[in-house]
Amino acid sequence: MLNLGLDILGLARFQFGMTTVFHFFFVPFSIGLAFVVAVMETMYAIKGDEDYKKMAQFWGKMFLYSFAVGVVTGIIQEFQFGMNWSEYSRFMGDIFGAPLAIEALAAFFLESTFIGMWMFTWDRFNKWVHTLFIWLVMFGSSLSALWILAANSFMQNPLGYIINQKTGHVQMVSFGKVIGNPQLWNEFPHVIFGAFVTAAFVIAGCSAWRLLKKDHVGFYRKSLNVALVIGLIFSLGSIASGDLQTRYLINNQPMKFAAMEGLYKNSTNKGEWAAVSGFDTKQHKTTWSVDVPYVLNLLSYHKTTGTVKGMNQVNKDMHAKYDKKFGSDMNYYVPTKTLFWSFRIMAGAGALFALLAIVGLIFNRKRSQLIMKQRWFLYILGLCLWLPFVVNTAGWFVTEFGRYPWIVYGLLTIADAVSPNVSVASLLTTNIVYFAMFAIMGLIMIILCHRTLKAGPDVENTDGYAAGDTKELDPYSKGAFNHD
Amino acid sequence: MTSLQFLWFILIGVLFSGFFFLEGFDFGVGMLVKSFAKTSDERDVVIKTIGPHWDGNEVWLITAGGAMFASFPMWYATLFSGFYLVLFLILAALIFRGVSFEFRANMKTDTWRNFWEWASTIGSFCAAFLFGMLFTAMIAGMPIDKNGDMTAHFGDYVNLFSVVGGVAVTVLCLVHGLNFMRLKTTGSLRERALAWNKILYPVLFAGEVVFAILLFFSTDFFDKKPMTTTAIVVALVIFTVLAYWGVLGNHEWLSFIGSGLSLISVVVLIFNGLFPRVMIANNPANSLLIKNSSNSPYTLHLMTILTFTILPIVLIYFIWSYWVFYKRLASPKQSA
Repeated sequence: MLNLGLDILGLARFQFGMTTVFHFFFVPFSIGLAFVVAVMETMYAIKGDEDYKKMAQFWGKMFLYSFAVGVVTGIIQEFQFGMNWSEYSRFMGDIFGAPLAIEALAAFFLESTFIGMWMFTWDRFNKWVHTLFIWLVMFGSSLSALWILAANSFMQNPLGYIINQKTGHVQMVSFGKVIGNPQLWNEFPHVIFGAFVTAAFVIAGCSAWRLLKKDHVGFYRKSLNVALVIGLIFSLGSIASGDLQTRYLINNQPMKFAAMEGLYKNSTNKGEWAAVSGFDTKQHKTTWSVDVPYVLNLLSYHKTTGTVKGMNQVNKDMHAKYDKKFGSDMNYYVPTKTLFWSFRIMAGAGALFALLAIVGLIFNRKRSQLIMKQRWFLYILGLCLWLPFVVNTAGWFVTEFGRYPWIVYGLLTIADAVSPNVSVASLLTTNIVYFAMFAIMGLIMIILCHRTLKAGPDVENTDGYAAGDTKELDPYSKGAFNHD
Repeated sequence: MTSLQFLWFILIGVLFSGFFFLEGFDFGVGMLVKSFAKTSDERDVVIKTIGPHWDGNEVWLITAGGAMFASFPMWYATLFSGFYLVLFLILAALIFRGVSFEFRANMKTDTWRNFWEWASTIGSFCAAFLFGMLFTAMIAGMPIDKNGDMTAHFGDYVNLFSVVGGVAVTVLCLVHGLNFMRLKTTGSLRERALAWNKILYPVLFAGEVVFAILLFFSTDFFDKKPMTTTAIVVALVIFTVLAYWGVLGNHEWLSFIGSGLSLISVVVLIFNGLFPRVMIANNPANSLLIKNSSNSPYTLHLMTILTFTILPIVLIYFIWSYWVFYKRLASPKQSA
């Protein structure tokens, strides 16, 4: 057979990366849109201003597209652990299954039931009850993020377990420790705030494009305002929670932290921080860099003094710690360039979002016409609607590439986790088909959002269960049983 | 086997029963989008009957999968990696039919609406057929090694028995969907659903008889548990008869409950036959057993407490959501 140098491990890893990244385009977008739409509908409920209702319905359409794609790609995620990573499932079942099952039970049912209620009952419930539905959807989707991140946090930082001597598998001894994992409580706010920022800047970007065409100016300026206020609050929140999370890594996953900062050698007390840098990943050294003093210490410890371990040192430490169990031929270096640049993209974008929100809010003050005159700014906002997706992906690159070579930190390697009974041909087929399906769905999503945007907010909501000519009949009324 | 392990074996069965009862008519309705519904307006109504629900129904599958992972990870790992390609096709089918409803509603040209209508129809057919095929193949026994890894070849899961099982489940879902349509619509769609079921039920009876005969030859169910297996097969047939009676006498609820219970009987039949195993290996020594495939008592205990706290709440609002959309949808007036 043709040898393409493909192996099960590489293909399974590629598939996990591809499906997760694609799934995670839609997850934060949905969580964030649910929140923004809930805020809009609440404002409608409070103020009685029909514009806010229109806004909730209009942006709600994009939420529904995104939710549909998010759900169907989510099933792949759940099945994938068993299909591609059966050894992992056996090893981790005692810990990993529980959050996954609770996620389905506590969160998915809530989300999916109330999204159906929200979609089809605009005319049937009073506005407060209807608003409650979207808040429940938002609550459900955040809850699902919490549970899946609880599972992820164990992989990053195992707590509350023992190794079963007979089976060699992990075994839960404290559920409290599993969900009290500090990694989780650093990760969860960051993911949720990031989701709110995602939705806020997509709405801001879409509004900017329409404002450039002077289309429904009042409507889009109002939308822009809601989006930018949310965008500002939560981009600041993302930065703060990101800072917490990063500093937690220094002791917990020092290799990941060192790679994010591109440090091969231990840092000096001067705290030189590489703004940009080149690497020789084979020789494990930095080839060139633009350094700024003290910044590394400010970022790491919020003070000017201190040192951070470099990757070469961490590699030695890890060999000392793990060689007995995993052998001396392990490679503990993570993909340095990926981590270094992903981290910079993420942090840079966070700052940019906050700045854009502030400037935008100033330009978009109620009596000012500045926003319509500063067209350059609208162009920038319009282009930035794509940025959150890049940033979210970069964030997961840091988190997941940074735990290499572990699938469960310090306990199980990625190489030992893959299904031994799945063939390269199977994996290759599924990779190709998933890729094609994702491409189609992604493209349709973009087309639908674009079309919705072009059609504008005045198009009637056609999803209503009672809308159109399909009138409802009471099943107990006489007419319903007459066969006419 | 501890009582907690037994309880979770039952719970997995309950979750799959819920899935087949609910997603069963979902699949059925999905299949009806083409050929049964004749105009675009009719298709709108057909899809709208499951519009608020299909998503929640699918969560039963996700919960069943998650619960299997949380209670019997060895079962989950063996089943999912072993039936790799079947599950992959199921996923593809579920994805296409899942997005089809939302995408179809937003397509502008007839060609594209047509495309997503076919996606719904074919996706629903394939999903139902493949689920039926998978579970039938599973109970026939599979090549599983000591580690629990299954290395099945095409012929192991595509054979006469499994194809008959797949077809039977497909027809069962289809009649269940039609029974649902009879409950949820008025006018021409409601009458057509009745007329279709008059033809389909005899086909289903034939399928069930062939399936029962093959079950006798292809599995050890009748050897190991002759009484219960026979009783459940008889129950399956009785429920189908009741549903058919509901078709002939036009009792809509009777038909719907009948077809739903028929689907649940299939799940009960499988779980009864599996017990005390979870996966049947060709070499009996390698079969996965309830007692050695489960999680630790701590995790099972935790999951039990959580499930019995959360599930009742879920059921309350889940059922309430059906009650909210209980009203029937009128068939569109024939325009031409």
